[in-house]
Amino acid sequence: MHVPDGFFDAAVSAGAAVVAAGGVAVCLRKAGHELDERTAPLAGAVAAFIFAVQMINFPVGLGTSGHLMGGALAAILVGPYAGALCVTVVLIVQGLVFADGGLTALGINVLLMAFATTVVGWLVFRLASSVLPKTRASVTLAAGLGAFVSVPAAALVFVGLFALGGNADLSIGSVAAAMTGFHVLIGIGEGLITAATIGFVATIRPDLVHGLRGVLAREQAALAEGTA
Amino acid sequence: MSNEVGAGADAPGRPRRSWRLVLALVAAAAVIAGVLSFYASSSPDGLNRVAEDKQFSSLEQSHDAEDSPLAGYATSGVDDGRLSGGLAGVIGVGLTFLIGGGIFLVVRRRSTT
Repeated sequence: MHVPDGFFDAAVSAGAAVVAAGGVAVCLRKAGHELDERTAPLAGAVAAFIFAVQMINFPVGLGTSGHLMGGALAAILVGPYAGALCVTVVLIVQGLVFADGGLTALGINVLLMAFATTVVGWLVFRLASSVLPKTRASVTLAAGLGAFVSVPAAALVFVGLFALGGNADLSIGSVAAAMTGFHVLIGIGEGLITAATIGFVATIRPDLVHGLRGVLAREQAALAEGTA
Repeated sequence: MSNEVGAGADAPGRPRRSWRLVLALVAAAAVIAGVLSFYASSSPDGLNRVAEDKQFSSLEQSHDAEDSPLAGYATSGVDDGRLSGGLAGVIGVGLTFLIGGGIFLVVRRRSTT
């Protein structure tokens, strides 16, 4: 979903850059509470992993492809604030070094792929986790659901910004329908990759999964109660 | 459960270290970007497809960094497509890990002091 230069007018591009910069500043402050000396290098590795997986466009049919955005994955692994920073670092490297994603559109791309996906992915993950049984299997399912929803959500944020300052005079309804349709399909891939990755890490190192902290605390409390 | 023994072992009561998982993720990333990326679909992504269908893809302007030696995930000066893309991917993984890891180490919570 990397937006190139030219799709958006200067006002929305600049406005998005200001909002994105403010968001990054908040994340830089809040991420410190999510990370310690063990999880800080892990967050760097998560960013590198997302960079790599974003290179793998998978076909979704109709002559169209998509790739992981990674916001939900990063939020669940290292926390939402650090997670948003992970994707932001990926977008900056892609834009500056690989000419992927316009530089005047960097703020827009950060809003779509770093912020919208982490916020929506994390909220849906938390909501699903609170409804599902408190088990580790539920965490994998909730992760997949959060990731799935995060992609069409980001597509709708694109549509909203395009209505505000897109450089084409189009029926917003038709753009919304097309963007949502394709990104629901891409979201299925996002959900599967995210569930597989979270499931794998939760199996080998559950203590390093930010989104598992509640479940682990419960297990420990139950264990302590059982031995008391 | 912990199989880290010897001088580097985690003391009881201290959280287990993370470097094995960090290494595993970075290694997986290097393989994905360096080797598997060659097999990625080259069809337009969702946004590009919508831009084509709705006829606004012509709005796209040339990229300010198009002269970057790694622009378009290809390494300039390397003719072999597989090598050129793989090398660009591995460099990207390394850059992202160093920049991201550096930022996160600076902002992390200190356990002492």
